[in-house]
Amino acid sequence: MINRRKILAGIAGGSGLLLSGCDRFASSARGTKFLDMGEKLTYLVQRSLLGRNALAPEYTKADLSPIFRTNGNTMPKSPAYQALIADNFASWSLKVDGLVEKPLSLTLADLQAMPQQTQITQHNCVEGWTAIGGWTGVRLAAILHEAKLKPAARYIMFYCADDFEGTPYYESIDLVDAFHPQTMLALQLNGQPLEVKHGAPTRLRVERQLGYKQAKYVMHIAAVSSFADIGGGKGGYWEDEIDYEWYAGI
Amino acid sequence: MSGNSSEARLGLAPAGDVAEAMPAATPQGGDLVRRHRLSTRLWHWFNAFTIFIMIMSGLMIFNAHPMLYWGQYGADYDHPWFEINNTKTTGYVKLGNVKFNTTGVLGLSTYPDGSVNDNAFPSWVTLPAEYDLAKARRWHLTFAWLLVLPYVLYMLWSLANRHIWRDLAPERSELRPRHLWQDVVDHARLRFPRGAAALHHNTLQKFAYLGVLFGLIPLMILTGLTMSPGMTASWPWLLWLFHGRASARSLHFIGMSLIVGFIIIHLALVIVVGPFNEIRSMITGNFRLPRERKPSGKAEGAKP
Repeated sequence: MINRRKILAGIAGGSGLLLSGCDRFASSARGTKFLDMGEKLTYLVQRSLLGRNALAPEYTKADLSPIFRTNGNTMPKSPAYQALIADNFASWSLKVDGLVEKPLSLTLADLQAMPQQTQITQHNCVEGWTAIGGWTGVRLAAILHEAKLKPAARYIMFYCADDFEGTPYYESIDLVDAFHPQTMLALQLNGQPLEVKHGAPTRLRVERQLGYKQAKYVMHIAAVSSFADIGGGKGGYWEDEIDYEWYAGI
Repeated sequence: MSGNSSEARLGLAPAGDVAEAMPAATPQGGDLVRRHRLSTRLWHWFNAFTIFIMIMSGLMIFNAHPMLYWGQYGADYDHPWFEINNTKTTGYVKLGNVKFNTTGVLGLSTYPDGSVNDNAFPSWVTLPAEYDLAKARRWHLTFAWLLVLPYVLYMLWSLANRHIWRDLAPERSELRPRHLWQDVVDHARLRFPRGAAALHHNTLQKFAYLGVLFGLIPLMILTGLTMSPGMTASWPWLLWLFHGRASARSLHFIGMSLIVGFIIIHLALVIVVGPFNEIRSMITGNFRLPRERKPSGKAEGAKP
């Protein structure tokens, strides 16, 4: 039946056309703007309609993943970081500056002396795999309270010791997440000091966002009013590099 | 009964605006009747487009980690119940412990230019065609809004104006085993209602639409939300409902597969029943009732 064959050919041809059209649309300026809509809406709704301080579900030791998978960099290459490993992070310090009243420099011992909290939570990679791990560390809010943010501060930047082909890793979060009770600089995973592959000596845990926001090897924290002039301007390494969403709540 | 299993509706469309559109006298086979309202038609085509975007971008997202697990968590060291992968030379699908060779289609395929594609799903069913998780997520998470918001409005509207009770809920008589069996037999023989009987949905058709509206679409939305760490902080019951995030991801994939099945049957029936009439009815709104068969004493199954 010519009729049917024509229709089937039409459907096949149409979908091919639609597809290449979609790819062209997605890379156009207007298309990019349109496809950014989902991230903006999600951020707006999750921030306005859903509790800003809602806690990520916590699990028990029985729920822990037998092996917590690693991703991204697992061994920063820089000589400076290698020297830190050599002295077991005794000479490591965390710089806290930017729009703060009182810039800080905290050693690992300083962080260990602060009140610690433990939470067993789920790590959700943007790729689709998940793992449950128990994190112990210092609430980011405690550090920010000590440094005291200036009123103009809107985002917290995290600069890291690892890099991808020379471009250092970095991330950023808004103040809602920065002061969230579960947001912490983790020093331990499952009761053991963080191994290098997991971000030694400290990594960010921001439990309501995806894995790429959980910056490892954090060296430097800065409060800023905007990240438009930092790196590629999108607020993080993967955001700049391959256009992952800055808000990774979904 | 009434056949027309094939209106080109993706199940989302308000299903029958026929009652209002019926002329005073009962129409007969051969009559051109008003079948779908403008809103139905616009919505049908919009959804048809949207759902394809969702499926194809979703398949690309799956490519980023082509394994599915049951339970709270799942990553490479855990045991997937489903996997699409390759051994460099052969593509395979692994379901439980059974492996199927799918070289050329799943796990290992070729791009149109002949180069090797080692992603789970081939380039002709994914959006974008080449591996790009970031773009796929932007498509998926933007079009999710375009699919979900109209769906919610449609459901509220259809419950309020009783469209669901009037046109989609099966009548008591339709649920009798004998009637259901007759409907199955009619479908198997590709005998579809004609004349005035074709003004209404038949029973299997009602089940299919209700299953999509009340089953598959809510399942897709809720399992999708369960994968969002922002959502599960606010709505932890999602994790309880689906027994964990990894399970929700598996159910999201299974739900997608069932929707693909629905679309295939839907399109097949459009072609079997009469593509011109069916597609016209969804474009112009006018549908020509199929002429009655010669009386054969086979009135069973016809809705009163």
